[in-house]
Amino acid sequence: MDRNRRRIVQGLAATAAAGFVPARFAIGQQAKVKLGMMLPYSGTYALLGKNIDDAFRLAINEAGGKIGGREIDYVTLDDEAEPSKGANNANTLINRDKVDFLIGTVHSGVQMAMLKVARDNETFMLIPNAGLKEATGALCTPYIFRTSFSNWQPGFAMGTVAATRSAKRAVSITWDYAAGAESIGGFKEAFTKGGGTVEKELLLPFPQVEFQSLLTQIAALKPDICYAFFAGGGAAKFVKDYAAAGLRTSIPLYGPGFLTDGVLQAQGEAAQGLETTLHYADGLDNAKDKAFRPAFKKASGRDADVYAVQGYDTAQLLISGMAAVKGDIKARKEMIAAMEKTEIDSPRGKFRLSRAHNPIQDMYLRKVAGLENRYVSVAIKALDDPAIGCKMA
Amino acid sequence: MSDSVIFFLIQVLNGVQYGLLLFLVASGLTLVFGIMGIINLAHGSFYMVGAYLAYAFAEATGNLFLAILIAVPLSILLGLALEYLFRPLYRRDHLYQVLLTYGLILVLEESRSLIFGDDVHGVKIPDFLDFSLPLTANLSYPVYRLAISAVCLALAGAMALLIARTRLGMAIRAGASNREMVQSLGIDVGLVFRLVFAAGVALAAFAGMIAAPVASVFPGMGNQILIISFVIVVIGGIGSIKGAFLGALLIGLADTFGQILAPQFAGTSVYVLMAAVLLWRPAGLFGRGS
Amino acid sequence: MSRTLWLRILLLAGLAALLVFPLLADKFYLQLFAKIMLMAVFAMSLDLLVGYGGLVSLGHTAFFGIGAYAVLILSPQAAAASLWLTLPVAVGAAALAALVIGLLVLRSSGVYFIMVTLAFTQMFYYLAIGMKSLGGSDGAYVYVKPDASLLGWTPFDLERPAQFYYVALALMAGTYFLLRMVLDSLFGQVLRGVKSNEQRLHALGFATFRYKLAAFILAGALAGLAGYFDAVQFGFVNPDLFGWRLAGEVLMMVILGGMGTLYGPILGAFALVLLENALIGETRHWLLPMGLFIIVAVLALPRGIGGLIERNRA
Repeated sequence: MDRNRRRIVQGLAATAAAGFVPARFAIGQQAKVKLGMMLPYSGTYALLGKNIDDAFRLAINEAGGKIGGREIDYVTLDDEAEPSKGANNANTLINRDKVDFLIGTVHSGVQMAMLKVARDNETFMLIPNAGLKEATGALCTPYIFRTSFSNWQPGFAMGTVAATRSAKRAVSITWDYAAGAESIGGFKEAFTKGGGTVEKELLLPFPQVEFQSLLTQIAALKPDICYAFFAGGGAAKFVKDYAAAGLRTSIPLYGPGFLTDGVLQAQGEAAQGLETTLHYADGLDNAKDKAFRPAFKKASGRDADVYAVQGYDTAQLLISGMAAVKGDIKARKEMIAAMEKTEIDSPRGKFRLSRAHNPIQDMYLRKVAGLENRYVSVAIKALDDPAIGCKMA
Repeated sequence: MSDSVIFFLIQVLNGVQYGLLLFLVASGLTLVFGIMGIINLAHGSFYMVGAYLAYAFAEATGNLFLAILIAVPLSILLGLALEYLFRPLYRRDHLYQVLLTYGLILVLEESRSLIFGDDVHGVKIPDFLDFSLPLTANLSYPVYRLAISAVCLALAGAMALLIARTRLGMAIRAGASNREMVQSLGIDVGLVFRLVFAAGVALAAFAGMIAAPVASVFPGMGNQILIISFVIVVIGGIGSIKGAFLGALLIGLADTFGQILAPQFAGTSVYVLMAAVLLWRPAGLFGRGS
Repeated sequence: MSRTLWLRILLLAGLAALLVFPLLADKFYLQLFAKIMLMAVFAMSLDLLVGYGGLVSLGHTAFFGIGAYAVLILSPQAAAASLWLTLPVAVGAAALAALVIGLLVLRSSGVYFIMVTLAFTQMFYYLAIGMKSLGGSDGAYVYVKPDASLLGWTPFDLERPAQFYYVALALMAGTYFLLRMVLDSLFGQVLRGVKSNEQRLHALGFATFRYKLAAFILAGALAGLAGYFDAVQFGFVNPDLFGWRLAGEVLMMVILGGMGTLYGPILGAFALVLLENALIGETRHWLLPMGLFIIVAVLALPRGIGGLIERNRA
C-alpha cells in the first residue's frame, strides 16, 4: 500500500522531528478532501467500525470516488472504543492531520469526547452510529450531523408496540450507562402513554454479562413483558440466558434492534421469534436496499447490517453537501443548508434530517427468523427525536 | 415454602454457581503466585483463549467434549511455551512481570482479532445437557450451568487431594516461593515451575471452554474476569487454594446480592467486600502474612 | 550520590529545547507535548513509589482520576471556576484519598500490594460509573476552563494552547525539582532504604510505615495535580481515567524511561506517547506491535532508557 507507506514515513518523520519542523505535509493546497475516519477498528466494537468504514467507501466509490469533484484522502484512526483516549484521538485528526471532516464513531462515550473537541475546533463532524442524546440535543451544532438514530427512537417505537399488545406491567433491564438509560426512557415514555407502567428498571454495570441474579428477579416480579437494551456480546448472552431460564414463554422479551443485530449466529435457537424495533430490517421492499446489499457483500465479503447502512448514508449525506457547493469547503453555510434539505435515499428507506440534524425515520417492527431480522411492519412512521435542549430546533 | 424464600434460595444458587466458575480462574492465578511468585495480568486472556479454542474446535468437530479434549492439551502447551518467556523474570522485580504480562494481554487480544475476527460467537451446549429444570411457575434453571458447577466442584476436590497427598502439594502448602525450601524437599524446581504455570494456564483456559456455551465468545471477555480473580486471590490469601475457593464463593454471592440490594453501585460491592476483609485480615482469609 | 555534570547539562538542554518549542510548533504539537508533560508529572509521582519506595502500584490512576473529576465537580455549569480555589481542593482530595487508601494498602507488600491497589482503583471506576450526576460511564464535559486570575491580575490563560503548554512545562519542571529535593533529604534516604532493606531500617528505629505513607500521599497529591490539568486540557472526564489500561501505560512510562531516576519517567512519557501517536494511524492492529514492543523492552531493557544513559556514562 503506497499510501500507507507514505503515511508511516510521514508519521515517523513528524514524530522524530517532534514538531521542530512544523508539519507542513498537511497544509499544501492540493485538491484532495481529507476525511478523518475515527472508528473502533479493534476491540468489542471492531466489526461495527469496519462495516461503517467499508460501506462509507462503497458509497463514495459508487459516486465515482470523488466528492464535490475532489478526490479523497482518508485518514483512519482506531479509537478502540476507549473513551479515555477519545479527546486525544479526535484532536490528533483535527490538529495534526488537519482533516476537513471528522467521521465517527460507534461508542457514545468516545462520541462525547469527540463532540467536545469538534466544537472547540469548529470541525465539521458526521456521526455514523453513536445514539447519545446530547449530539442532537443539548450540544447540537450546525456543523454536526448524525445519520444513524438517537437511543430514544427505537425505545419509543417499542414502547408504542408493547402498549398495543395489552401489556400493562413491564420490567426493563440494561447496562448502567447513558445509552441504556436513554433507550429505557424512550420505551417508558411511549409505554406509559399507552397506559402501562414500568415497575422496575434493572441495571448491571457495563460491560458485565452475569445476568443470572437479574433474571431471577424478573421471574420473581412476574411482569407482563420485559424490555431489554444490550448490544454485541452482552446481547448475545442475555438472549440466550433469558431463554435458558425459561422466561421466554411466560414473559415476552422486547428490545431495540441492537438486541439481535449482528449476533443472531451466536444466539441461535434462543432468538427465534424475538421482536425488536429499529430503523432497518432484513427484507425491506425498496430498490435501494436491493442494490445495496449485494454491493456491500461484494465490496466487504460480509453481509450488510444496520451499521453498514449508517456508514453508507453518512457518505451519501457528505456527497450531497459537497456537491451543492462544488467541493468548496469554505462555503460551510451553504453546505449545511444543502445537507439539511437533502432527502437521503437510504437502504432503510428515504429519510430527511430534523432541525437538530438527527434522522426523521420510519421505525420498523422486525421478527427474528433464522439468521435474519425480518421486516414485519412499520411501527411508527417518520419518527422524530424530541431533541431536548437543542437550540437550533 | 413461600415464593420469596424460593427466590432467595435461587439467588443463593446463582451466587454459588458464579463463584464456582470464578474459582477455576482464580485458583490458577493463586497457584502461580504462591509457588512461583509470579504476577500474571494475562491470566484473564488465557480464559479468553480457552473460550475461543473451544469455539473453534466445537465448530470444526461439532462436539464440545471433543473440542475440550483437543483444546486442553493445546492450552497446556501454550502454558509451557509461555513459561520460557517468563524465565528471565523469576528473579526480577514483580514490576517487570506486570509489564510483560500487560504487553502479553495486548498481543493475545490482537492475535485473537487477527485469527478469529471480532464477531460474537455462540457455542452450542451438548444436546444431552441442553435443557432446563423448572424451579418455579415461570423460572427454570439451565442444567448445563449445574453441570459446570459439578465439574468445578470435582476439580476443586481433586486439587484439595493433590495438595493434601502429594509432594508437589507439600511444596504448595509450604508456600515455597523460595527455591531452597522446594529443593530441600527433593523436587526439581524448574519442573515444578513448569507444571504449575502450565496448570495455571490450563485451568483458566478450561474455565473459558466450559463457560463458552453460556457466556458466548467475544472480544475483551478476559479482562473482566481477571480483575475479579485478583480480588478473590486477595481475599483468600495468596497461594491458598482453600482461600481462593472461599473467596470465589463470597465474591459470587456479593456480586449477586449487590445487584439486588444496590443496583446503582452493584459494581462496587465486591471491592467493598475486599476492603472489609483487608481491614480485618491484611493478608487475606488464609494468607500467611506478607 | 551526586549527578554527573553532563547529565545536568543534558537535562538543561532538554529544558531549553522545550522552552523554545512553542516558537516553532503548531497547535497540535503544543497540545500533544503539554499532554505528555502532564503524563510525565504523573509518571514521576509513580516513580517515587515504584523506583524509590519499591511500591509497585497499579492503582495510581485512582488519584489521577480524583484530580480530574474534581475539576468537573468544582466547575459551575457555564462559568469558569477559579484555578486558585479549585486546584488546592483537587490536590487535597487526591492526597486525602491517598491517606485513606494508603492506610489500608501499605500494610501489604509485593504481589499483594499490586493487586490491592488495582482493586482500589477499580472501585473508584465503578463508583464513577454509578454517579449519574457525574456523567456515568459516558463521562462529562467541563465547559469552561478554570480561570487563573487573582485579584484582577491574570498571569496566564489556560484556554490558550501556548500558555497551557508553559503551565504544563512549569508543572513538570517543578515536580522534578520538588521530588529531587525530597529524595535528597533524609526522607528520601529512608525511602530508598525501605526498598532495599525494610527490616534493617525497622531495627534502626525508623517507623517505616509512616515514611511509606508520606510518600504515598505525596505521590497521590502529584497524581491528582496531573489529573486536574489533564481534565482541564480537553475539558472532558470519564471513568476510564481510573482504568487499568492507563495504570499500565503510566507504569510502562516509568519502566521504559528507567525507574528510580526521576528523569527516566519523563523520557518514558515522551517515548511511549510519541510511539503510540506514530503507530495508531498506521495499522488497525496497532496494539500488536505495541504489545510486542512492551515485551521486548521489558526483556531487553530492564533498566529503561535511563539505564542505557547511565551505562554509557560509566
